Amino acid sequence: MDFQFTEEQEEIRRQVRALCARFPDEYWRERDETGEFPWDFYQAFADGGWLGITIPKEYGGSGLGITEAALVMQTVAESGGGTQACSSIHLGIFGLEPLIKYGTEEAKRKYLPKVLSGEIHVSFAVTEPDAGTNTTQIKTFATRKGDGYVINGRKVFITKARESKKMLILTRTTPYEQVQKKTMGMSLFFADIDPQAVEVRELRKCGRKAVDTNMLFIDNLYVPKEDLIGEEGKGFYYILDGINPERILVAAECVGMGKRAIEKAVQYAKERIVFDRPIGMNQGIQFPLAESYAKLETAELMVYKAAWLFDNGKPCGKEANIAKYMAAEAACEAADRAMQAHGGYGYIKDYDVERYWREARLFRIAPISQEMVLNYVGEHVLGLPKSY
Amino acid sequence: MKILVTVKRVPDPETTIRVKPDGSGIVTDNIKYVINPFDEIAIEEALRIKEKQGQGEVVLVSIGAKVASEQLRTGLAMGADRAILVLCDQELDSLGVARILAKIVEKEAPDLVLMGKQAIDDDANQAGQMLAALLNWPQATFASKVEFMDNYVQVVREVDGGLETVRFPLPGIITTDLRLNEPRYASLPGIMKARKKEIREIAVAELGIDTTPLLTVHKMDPPAKKAAGKKVESVQELVHLLHTEAKVI
Repeated sequence: MDFQFTEEQEEIRRQVRALCARFPDEYWRERDETGEFPWDFYQAFADGGWLGITIPKEYGGSGLGITEAALVMQTVAESGGGTQACSSIHLGIFGLEPLIKYGTEEAKRKYLPKVLSGEIHVSFAVTEPDAGTNTTQIKTFATRKGDGYVINGRKVFITKARESKKMLILTRTTPYEQVQKKTMGMSLFFADIDPQAVEVRELRKCGRKAVDTNMLFIDNLYVPKEDLIGEEGKGFYYILDGINPERILVAAECVGMGKRAIEKAVQYAKERIVFDRPIGMNQGIQFPLAESYAKLETAELMVYKAAWLFDNGKPCGKEANIAKYMAAEAACEAADRAMQAHGGYGYIKDYDVERYWREARLFRIAPISQEMVLNYVGEHVLGLPKSY
Repeated sequence: MKILVTVKRVPDPETTIRVKPDGSGIVTDNIKYVINPFDEIAIEEALRIKEKQGQGEVVLVSIGAKVASEQLRTGLAMGADRAILVLCDQELDSLGVARILAKIVEKEAPDLVLMGKQAIDDDANQAGQMLAALLNWPQATFASKVEFMDNYVQVVREVDGGLETVRFPLPGIITTDLRLNEPRYASLPGIMKARKKEIREIAVAELGIDTTPLLTVHKMDPPAKKAAGKKVESVQELVHLLHTEAKVI
């Protein structure tokens, strides 16, 4: 057993930290105010080759694992960038797994270098208004037409569709009623977000204002056959591969954000004098922060255990799910306590912790709700009967 | 052109430095270390020279414990070609450093030595000058601009009250000032490549030189704590206190 990061992993952390230092609290505060996408942050990460961290070397990436990707995301979140920073680069870092694993050589050569350079953003379009966690119920349909397909349907909670030229979109190609197994008959496409056929409507939300979340209305979007990923009807299985890495990365982001919140609170508690002494001298302030820190450290252990398992080709469903659950809880609690330690100032935007509080809350819901994680643990880990 | 660049491992300037209670040094627990920022500028300049000339070699050299390889690795990730680490556990003064560097210059025979004008830990600002003296090489310190002409290098130096332009033929020594350039960040591919680059370790004893310090640190004191300010009610009171208490007017 070895809990030591390698010298290279430490170097990655140092360099990401140095790069993030160029984007201070004011930068993220301003993004949160205006909702402007963090272009220069995104470009700095593209220029540094960070978007290609998990993309194989033959396509210009660095071919590293989820462990390194998690280190990057945790460091980015911990720098104060929070979800606005993480979500702007998150998908480039892990989301293209289905294309890498099942895409044609031609498609990979064509698109991966552009993703890596930051030239094209990609969205991931799976969720629908009437099909959230129950993915098999999706209604968006791709009908064969000539040498390709025509897609019709609606998608919701699609991140970055405003910036993206392409999307990985899951559709049915055989209706639910006609398949023997409900997970069959779905196909994955690497489709254009053609403004003629796709209306992108942004949703206003609680936090992470700089990275848009959208509803997509898709009417007769033509997709050439070459943009079908892998085989028709097997799309559902292709996206499953990305689920655990996504949970691991999200968990890493939560740990980073939670630690940042605690760091801010500690700094404030040292400086803020009430009744002639720093408030951090009071156990009522100290204990919640210390406890939150302990929880974050524990969640962090699970993040890197899950990442290690994944990178070593071992099953990691249990660990990835538990890491996400614990990290999301710890991050929300840490942000809340950091706000409390700040007193009235915690509610003021200039102190940043309320932003973390709004942002961290997302991860008790997404990419999967805490309740569904518990369902997974109850059913698949503990062996209890399926409850839904 | 072969350029030798010095790299010193120093506490991160962002770190809060605390002096040990007995004044023998600083508390090193929980301190993050970085490349001396002036050395980072020297690395950047060396890389730009190499890139502009389309060829050459950038060799880094550090002196210290094995952990200094972290900073060398960062420099390699920025783009330097290889590195030398002189392993030395004893405290060194500037002359000791200059003597070691002189030996390395003898072995490597670079055309140019680029160094930070000083290290931000002890702020001595001596190693470059001493090295030039030991080698009997020309030097240009506090460089804010470096240009290569036909057979000499021209350096603009930041001096009190203005700029001074000097020229010298190679080989020579340049120490860098803050405004020379803005160092790049190591890219991820750079970090990956750095893994395969050589860091050659040399024990200081192998160099066969006397590094006994002439200068020893006697005592360190933290800066005096600032007393809390005082709020006054009126301009009259302020003027009065400035006159009677602060005695500045």
